[in-house]
Amino acid sequence: MATQQTRALGKLAVSPSVFALFMWMIVPLAMTIYFSFLRYNLLDPNPICSLLSPGALLDAENRCLAGITNYSYFLTDPAFFKAMGNSLKLVGWVLAISVVGGTLLALLLDQAFYGRGFVRIMMIAPFLVMPTVSALVWKNMMMNPVSGFLAYLFKLVGLQPIDWFAHAPMTAVVLMVAWQWVPFATLILLTSLQSLDEEQKEAAEMDGTPPLSYFWYIVLPHLIRPMTVVILIETIFLLNVFAEIYVTGTAGRAGNLPFLVYQYGLIANDIGGASAGGIIAVILANIVAFFLMRMIGKNLDA
Amino acid sequence: MARTVSTRRKLLVTALAWAIGLLIFFPILWTILTSFKTEGEAIALPPKFLFFDWTLENYGIVQERSDYLRFAMNSIMLALGSTFFALVIAIPSAWAMAFAPGRRTKDLLMWMLSTKMMPPVGALVPIYLIFRDFGLLDTRGGIITVLMLLNLPIIIWMLYTYFKEIPGEILEASRMDGASLGKELLYVLTPMAIPGIASTLLLNIILAWNEAFWTLSLTTKDAAPLTQFIASYSSPEGLFWAKLSAASTMAIAPILVLGWFAQKQLVRGLTFGAVK
Amino acid sequence: MGTISLIKARKAFGDAVIIPGADLDIKDGEFVVFVGPSGCGKSTLLRMIAGLEDLTSGAIHIDGKDMTNEAPSKRGLSMVFQSYALYPHMSVRGNISFGLKMAGLPKAEIDAKVAKAASTLNLTEYLDRKPRQLSGGQRQRVAIGRAIVRNPEGFLFDEPLSNLDAALRVNMRLEIMQMHKDLGATMIYVTHDQVEAMTMADRIVVLNRGVIEQVGSPLELYNRPDSLFVAGFIGSPKMNLIQGSEAKKFDATTIGIRPEHLAISEKAGTWTAKIRLAEHLGADTFLHVDAGPCGMMTVRAEGEYDATADAKIFLTPEPSRIHRFDKDGKAIRK
Repeated sequence: MATQQTRALGKLAVSPSVFALFMWMIVPLAMTIYFSFLRYNLLDPNPICSLLSPGALLDAENRCLAGITNYSYFLTDPAFFKAMGNSLKLVGWVLAISVVGGTLLALLLDQAFYGRGFVRIMMIAPFLVMPTVSALVWKNMMMNPVSGFLAYLFKLVGLQPIDWFAHAPMTAVVLMVAWQWVPFATLILLTSLQSLDEEQKEAAEMDGTPPLSYFWYIVLPHLIRPMTVVILIETIFLLNVFAEIYVTGTAGRAGNLPFLVYQYGLIANDIGGASAGGIIAVILANIVAFFLMRMIGKNLDA
Repeated sequence: MARTVSTRRKLLVTALAWAIGLLIFFPILWTILTSFKTEGEAIALPPKFLFFDWTLENYGIVQERSDYLRFAMNSIMLALGSTFFALVIAIPSAWAMAFAPGRRTKDLLMWMLSTKMMPPVGALVPIYLIFRDFGLLDTRGGIITVLMLLNLPIIIWMLYTYFKEIPGEILEASRMDGASLGKELLYVLTPMAIPGIASTLLLNIILAWNEAFWTLSLTTKDAAPLTQFIASYSSPEGLFWAKLSAASTMAIAPILVLGWFAQKQLVRGLTFGAVK
Repeated sequence: MGTISLIKARKAFGDAVIIPGADLDIKDGEFVVFVGPSGCGKSTLLRMIAGLEDLTSGAIHIDGKDMTNEAPSKRGLSMVFQSYALYPHMSVRGNISFGLKMAGLPKAEIDAKVAKAASTLNLTEYLDRKPRQLSGGQRQRVAIGRAIVRNPEGFLFDEPLSNLDAALRVNMRLEIMQMHKDLGATMIYVTHDQVEAMTMADRIVVLNRGVIEQVGSPLELYNRPDSLFVAGFIGSPKMNLIQGSEAKKFDATTIGIRPEHLAISEKAGTWTAKIRLAEHLGADTFLHVDAGPCGMMTVRAEGEYDATADAKIFLTPEPSRIHRFDKDGKAIRK
């Protein structure tokens, strides 16, 4: 409900951010799409491709058009399938851990106990830690197979310490990323739990509802909406996990799609290949986004 | 909650909650403790918890060798700068979406959010090249722009949800009182939304402070924030745990302290205003 | 001065027509009440006059000038909102003076005007408090104070009393009427409460589904309702409406008779009825009776009527007080 005047002002007010985001999205995307069809290497910007493949088409800067070579190369690179698998594994596992773990922790924090504020901030803290720091701390002080704290604990109970990054790199990465994101889920779910109507609790109590049924029929439906928020936001960030892999050097075995593109581009300097990879990542993310947005869109209406 | 919980139950829950809380917090606690040890004690087995020779020498060495203050300064500038500019753009946008919605407003909001779904790698190469060609690589201005754009959708979304809670009648009253849009935003909306804006600000500072993909890719030295500072410890110095711990502590301390003091806003901010 | 005219004022959102086209002339200094059930468009009409909603077509003239496309603050009108819409972060003083500050008045003048408004409204000692520290009635006064200081041609009230408790509502009603008398400004008052409308208005505008059903003084509406809708809406308890054979006898599709216009007798009368329920209000007793072919009816008995359930009584309508309506619900006049 507003007048045309206000609506006109509204359009004006919204336009800077729309313009900025549009440029931020469209310009790089267009360039990436263009590059993905070029034979373009930063170390060798103008390969003498007419010698290699006579009759090849050139663009204005004398770069060879590569057709779909970059795509076919990227898509047939065994590293691609591995990276995609790793991406999905990472997102799936961390989401599962943070939704389940977050719910349990939120239920715990919703109880009355001494020092609740302090425990809460301890549980939030991992979310505030820079990913690079988290990666280094876990890689060294926690997971080092000789003097790491986990190794010490394993020995304490008579087990063989695990060399996490050599034998279970994916587990290690999932563990440390989950450590950062469970607190986030906990917090959102806790906030939602605390908004649960007190009278509903009392009504359930008057009806003699056992605790498990109470959780299943009253608490869980109430948590569905915040859970979708957790899933949406975490997916956005988890699809793009980068620093943990960059810093721990687990690229070979736990590297995900973003890291593979980074390797193509800034390490191998293969701009064409990296761009093709980037476009593929964008397409995959959009497929995921499509379903997520529908889910969250329904929730926004509610 | 008119009834008291039995003390026995409360003690039990207290023990459990503290145990789990400490477990989750342990890696951070351990890092802070290790930063005060000598290198020998840092890798000693069995680990030493509190009874070691507390020393500050690691901090001195880290500052001297890696120039912590310069990185920290960059982190502060990037976080504050990107947050400030994002708010300046986002407040009018969120106002418009909350109080002068059109038929497309919800779609617009969804579209903005969807820009977050675009993997940064899709834009990395062109942004890198644009930055290189315009001399923006490793400049604060360049990174501030990127961080601002990166978090803009989330800021708009958060502000939007906060603004939605403000009754439109109050803004209409100010319009009846003759306030122009600028004055309406400045004197009426913004002061009323201070808690929401504070949460948004805080969350954005945290996100910007911890952002690693773009800061690692686009900076090397002059504009490098603490993410780079820490990354430089990734290979060789990884062996020196006490110094690594000192560096890590210094990198995360400002945000931990900020989070500590602004717990309430932080809790609201972390839920992205999406859950009440 | 403050005359307000609506000329074919129309409001539609796409296909949804809220106000199909309203014509109304409000005289200077008049107290006009818009009344109708919720969703009848009365608030929308008020907001159109305020300039908070556009007109789809038509025009609004204030003080003889076309103000259809003028900004809200330029129309010389003040508004009191249902939720009061006080600025929560400003003191009472800040709230009252905000409009003057926006108009760029010098500080001394603002202070003088605020002081005067505050003293009329008994708010002087609360000037430095925030709205949340005030009671409902005090907040209401601040909202009125904010409207008064701007010295408008007209005041717009959007259900201003609906958030107050019953006792306070009666008080505020009197205060607003007193204010109208003192200021002599035009006032438009929106409410869904017909008692408020009857007691306060010089003229009442009854709205139904966006259409103005009837405009007139309270007693005109009470005595000569133009339509079934107005007949049913004005008056408390509601007018009894009778259809069928009894109505045919009067050459009408529906006839209406108010509870207070039925004479009760235990011996003889036009209609026989059985008492079902009695509401004792002290001064009056309302009997809910089953009057056979006439259906359920409400009857007012003066004083304390000793009613026994299922007792048989006779009812006789005052002939001059019978309202007749045709099949479209329009009044049939002789």
